[in-house]
Amino acid sequence: MLSFITRKKILDRLMLAVFFTAGFITIFITIGIVFVLLSDSVKFFQEVSIKDFLTEKEWTPVFATKKFGVWPLVAGTFLIAAIAMLVSIPLGILIAIYLSEYASVRVKEIAKPIIEFMEAIPTVVYGYFTLLFVTPILQKIVPNLEAFNSLAPGIVLGFMILPYTASMAEDSMKGVPQRIREASYALGATKLRTAITIVIPAAISGIVAGFILGASRAIGETMVVAIAAGMYPNLTLDPREPIQTMTGYIVQVALGDLPYGSIEYLSIFAVGLALFIIAFIFNSIALWLRSRIREAY
Amino acid sequence: MNKKGKIADSKADIIYPIVGFIAFFLVISFLITLIIDILIDGFEKLVDPSFYTSYPSRFPEKAGILSGWVGTMLVMAGAIFWSLIIGIPAGIYLEEYATKRGIIGKIESIIELNINNLAAVPAIIYGLLALGIFVYRFKFGESILTAGLTLSILMLPVIVVNTREAIRRIPRDIREGAYAVGATKWDTVRDHILPYSLGGILTGLIIAASRAIGETAPLVTIGALTFIAFLPPAPFVSEFPFFSPEKAWELFMSPFTVLPIQIFNWVSRPQAAFQINAAAAGFVLLVLTVLMNALAYYYRQKVRRKYIW
Amino acid sequence: MVMANFIIDSIKSLFLGATDKSMEEIKSKEQYGYKMEGDVKLDIKELNFYYGEFKALKNINLKIPTKKITALIGPSGCGKTTLLRCFNRMHDLYPGSRYEGFIIFHPDGINIANPHIDLLDLRRRVGMVFQRPNPFPKSIFENVAYGLRVNGVKNKKLIEERVEWALQSAALWDEVKDRLNDNAYSLSGGQQQRLCIARAIAIEPDIVLFDEPTSALDPISTSKIEELIMTLKERLTIIIVTHNMQQAARVSDYTGFMYLGELIEFDKTQKIFTVPSQKLTEDYITGRFG
Repeated sequence: MLSFITRKKILDRLMLAVFFTAGFITIFITIGIVFVLLSDSVKFFQEVSIKDFLTEKEWTPVFATKKFGVWPLVAGTFLIAAIAMLVSIPLGILIAIYLSEYASVRVKEIAKPIIEFMEAIPTVVYGYFTLLFVTPILQKIVPNLEAFNSLAPGIVLGFMILPYTASMAEDSMKGVPQRIREASYALGATKLRTAITIVIPAAISGIVAGFILGASRAIGETMVVAIAAGMYPNLTLDPREPIQTMTGYIVQVALGDLPYGSIEYLSIFAVGLALFIIAFIFNSIALWLRSRIREAY
Repeated sequence: MNKKGKIADSKADIIYPIVGFIAFFLVISFLITLIIDILIDGFEKLVDPSFYTSYPSRFPEKAGILSGWVGTMLVMAGAIFWSLIIGIPAGIYLEEYATKRGIIGKIESIIELNINNLAAVPAIIYGLLALGIFVYRFKFGESILTAGLTLSILMLPVIVVNTREAIRRIPRDIREGAYAVGATKWDTVRDHILPYSLGGILTGLIIAASRAIGETAPLVTIGALTFIAFLPPAPFVSEFPFFSPEKAWELFMSPFTVLPIQIFNWVSRPQAAFQINAAAAGFVLLVLTVLMNALAYYYRQKVRRKYIW
Repeated sequence: MVMANFIIDSIKSLFLGATDKSMEEIKSKEQYGYKMEGDVKLDIKELNFYYGEFKALKNINLKIPTKKITALIGPSGCGKTTLLRCFNRMHDLYPGSRYEGFIIFHPDGINIANPHIDLLDLRRRVGMVFQRPNPFPKSIFENVAYGLRVNGVKNKKLIEERVEWALQSAALWDEVKDRLNDNAYSLSGGQQQRLCIARAIAIEPDIVLFDEPTSALDPISTSKIEELIMTLKERLTIIIVTHNMQQAARVSDYTGFMYLGELIEFDKTQKIFTVPSQKLTEDYITGRFG
């Protein structure tokens, strides 16, 4: 029989092993993602050359003559993200300046959770709202707007990513030391002038990092675009036409009963790989920008 | 600055708060419009009790969300289970055990960087991971088990961040007090770190679960079905010990549907009648999300008041 | 291959820790020359301590007498708390600490500075009271019982007896005996600190370390704690770090003056405060710096 202290020490080591294992397992998630995306993409690229994938201008995997040019999907993805940013950046900056420089503590306490909640709403609910409320209203304003388009999902995504554009911008503006503002007030500048000429430049790294994370979120968003943007790979910049995004394509293929190893099955991993790389680049830029804030103060 | 400029400037401080508030008000109006829109659209079904007790159907007026909400509960139970055994211990390890030295320290910083990066991976990529690994390579199939695992991976970054924050709030005096009377690390974690941070950890779990419950894309990718007219078997039997492992396994391996998938399916149908169902189910899902977020918010306030260091 | 072995060793050491040799084993190796001298409790020889590259303690030589109160004084940053925390190896909780030299723990003759000693056993025998009262957010009873529980005492009756004894020894029993199940945070700051003292002495250590125990307390609580410390020396060896020179003069038998990581002077308290042999000590005591 081991003594109490010995048993206690063994248990201590055992629990360390348990906790370490839990932490270590999380590495396998990334390894798994990279492995799956690469291995199935490699099989895909054995049948479709990378050159075609990157240079063809048509994406027609379900036609008799299959063409796998990824650009229509990439263009659709970035078109929607661009519309979302056009909505979200001005709105986000307006709100961020208001909350960080003008609003009372009470307003802030209510406003922040509401803005954060925008991202908590199930995206499928946003999808419903976009297709059956936002698009019909926009159709009355915008001539020739089709039932599936990139304008309405873009606008709704613009609201959805406000936690990144407004809330994170507000956080970084709040991080600017008060003494810097006071120096400006002491020279007779108004709050607005101080915010624009002093606070925003000082907090710009964090604000831009938020924008980039927001854009990354819009690029990776799936359900809103799958429901409301259409399923039509279309190399266009016209926001009134139906399009298809990279995520939308993955959903479309997944909805069908796809045979394991078929070219369609493999194609979603190639598209997924491209999406993963884009998201990784965006995230790395945002992380790099945020690390610069820490150096600044 | 000339006089005119100054006047324009001081006016700016009066006008801007109005502009800023209008911008914020726009967001609130958007939110309220969304809620009211789905409430009105789905009202007819929301007040119909059979909507909650019926299976999906070809006939919109007969279709309900029984298999949807049962599936959601089972999948979430799985996701929370995996989070409890992986996510929370991983967070505890990084905050409380990490030595940050030597080769183990290298592994620790890889784990940390890795979890930060996972937070930025689009949800649908997790669906592809689950499809490639769990469904086809591990042969778990398009099952409740696969769905729970997938959602738990999505929840992981949120849970780790919240667990670490909750633990970080405990002052180091408390740890030193325990070590000074001869406690081991595990004694300290079990008797002090866990009890005092439990509130914060659970808040994180609720927030993560509230995000996961509305996730659709990764579950579409792993092949959630839309038309399920049966419930998975209950793992209970009438004889002792009232629990059957075979039945439980059958439950884990059952095909499934969840509320968001039902909504997606209904919203994609051309018949307007199905859209009523979609709105009603969407409202149910929204209420669940709001409740979970409110619970987390309330709980967080309560916990912060409980331990003031 | 070398790499693989290194990884395996690292993982082994992560899970198994540096092998905890029993105190007996180490004692037999290091007994040379350090036989118990009179009633010395801790015999510190050529002790250096490093935080990473920074040398925080420089060649400390000092004999701590048994069942006496030894005070360590000096300006902030002089290393007095660092030295105190060497005695129960509290530094080991944080990465980058390194000891050189000897802290011989009599009568066993164990070297506390040896990286391989059993820290659980050491900390059971060297208790500590901290700068800020740090009771656990649990009941008063559980706070005192905690040390007993983690050291394997399971007998309920015995625990109750020892808790009562510890609280009485800490002069707290009369104030809390009717509300042992109340949360420790319902006590005042001074009571909390006495609770922490009770927690430290409940497991009957040989030595109790006090790290500026009254710096967060009002004068009345302070004098209560000081009285308590003086009664405790009948049973225990006490080492107290204080920034308050009057306190050192009031309670201690011996005083060490430290400056910039070095022990400048160590002697009977009375002598230090009346006829210090070092100019630096005199300057500090007369308030010329610090």
